Amino acid sequence: MNAIEITGLRKAFGDEEVLRGIDLTVAAGEVVCVIGPSGSGKSTLLRCVNVLEEPTAGTILVNGAEITDPDADLDALRRGIGMVFQQFNLFPHLTALENVMVAPMKVLRRSRDDAERIARDHLARVGLADRADAFPRRLSGGQQQRVAIARALAMGPDVMLFDEPTSALDPELVGDVLGVMRKLAEAGMTMLVVTHEMSFAREVADRVVFLDGGVIVESGPAAQVIAEPRMPRTREFLARVLDPASAVDPGRASDSSADSGTGPGKD
Amino acid sequence: MATGPTTALRAGAARRRRRRLVRGAEYAVFAAVIAALAVLADWGSLRTNFFNTDVIGGLFPDIITVGLRNTVLYTAIGFVLGLAAGLLIALMRLSSVLPYRWFAVAYVEVFRGLPALLIFIFVGVGVPLAFPGTNLPGGVYGQAGLALALVSAAYMAETIRAGIEAVPRGQMEAARSLGMSHGRAMRTIIIPQALRTVIPPLTNELVLLFKDSSLALFIGVSLGQRELAKFGQDLASEKGNTTPIVVAGLCYLLITIPLGHLARRLETRRRGEAR
Repeated sequence: MNAIEITGLRKAFGDEEVLRGIDLTVAAGEVVCVIGPSGSGKSTLLRCVNVLEEPTAGTILVNGAEITDPDADLDALRRGIGMVFQQFNLFPHLTALENVMVAPMKVLRRSRDDAERIARDHLARVGLADRADAFPRRLSGGQQQRVAIARALAMGPDVMLFDEPTSALDPELVGDVLGVMRKLAEAGMTMLVVTHEMSFAREVADRVVFLDGGVIVESGPAAQVIAEPRMPRTREFLARVLDPASAVDPGRASDSSADSGTGPGKD
Repeated sequence: MATGPTTALRAGAARRRRRRLVRGAEYAVFAAVIAALAVLADWGSLRTNFFNTDVIGGLFPDIITVGLRNTVLYTAIGFVLGLAAGLLIALMRLSSVLPYRWFAVAYVEVFRGLPALLIFIFVGVGVPLAFPGTNLPGGVYGQAGLALALVSAAYMAETIRAGIEAVPRGQMEAARSLGMSHGRAMRTIIIPQALRTVIPPLTNELVLLFKDSSLALFIGVSLGQRELAKFGQDLASEKGNTTPIVVAGLCYLLITIPLGHLARRLETRRRGEAR
């Protein structure tokens, strides 16, 4: 069964069309990485999947249920979709443990003991059992992001969305977060990941989707898209990302792809 | 520059001398005014009228057990009711339902724009006239509390609204992505954070309320319901002496100064807690 089925997805902010007809399917257990220049609509695409952004047109099915149906029970459907944000978005007034416990208790009506047991289990799995009682501001960015992953997992989602989970991290903290995500992928979680980490995409993703200007330019097996991209735009983007020092002089280049389809500062 | 370094130095010295002179003149004027007041004041009359020890002795313990107690009670009732109403109005102000927003805006505009005294008279006189036979629970306590709540709710609503709007958007998104409804996310995630940030301004509001509770005397209180200001006023006219007013004033300061300091301390501490 397909975990996510996106058909004809369009999203406009005012006059600005950020997504111009996206068709994308993610099979259960599959890991799909979405790459592309900033402003290409990657984050918007991800945020449409759990309807943090309301699509302008198109349908999205998650676990067979249409989440874009106006009558859909959004809260119920979102329970099955975990989301990890670029800025972590931990709840600063709650400890790490409480961050992970709060939704199972308040949404799933689990008992405090149950929720705590599950939360400690998930914190241990992301390597933070000993930081359970720390407030977010006492945690490093990498630790905060791992708590955020534990928080999402505690709801027992079938699908996990990652919105540039390592982009706000100091480089030396990226590895811990990617390690947790890699373990999650190996355990068979369905994952849709917006990322700039090409090595992660190459090694972990089953499929890589290159998004530019609000459309999918290229999609295929991770190794193929990253190592031997077919489309010139993909090739150019990857050259910039994989070897930023050799980038063409922006003052000389008549390149337009990086600027096309610029979103409203979303990405 | 033709002028040598010595000229510049000399100009700087002249400027410093002049500054010293001006400051000296300021001090002299200030000291002269104080001295004149001290000389002109009738210290004997001041002592008997403002700090009359006989009168002070007669004030206790009632000024505490009746006056201060009632002031604290009126304030507490007004603050709790006002906080609840303020939170409700703040949420209405942020609601997507247009009539709610209208109501909230109108409420805040009206009650911030009226003198508190008018609202006390309105509650004390107008409400019993408009609804004869109805009694607010708590009698005068209910009336004074209601009047204070009506006033403070308008200010607190604006403070709380600002606090809610200051919570980053990602907090609501994270809560919703976990399957929380909008209301659930508000209650467990947004409002607790907002209230934390507005504790210092709400403490200041409490100081204002504490002082405004003196307006309860316009509701018409019985002897046992008098708060500090009314108590001081009554005893001042009874004894023909200003001392009760001074003592009542000191009782206010006993509460308002520490509370004000507390508000500032909380504010500095909150600033220290970087996100």
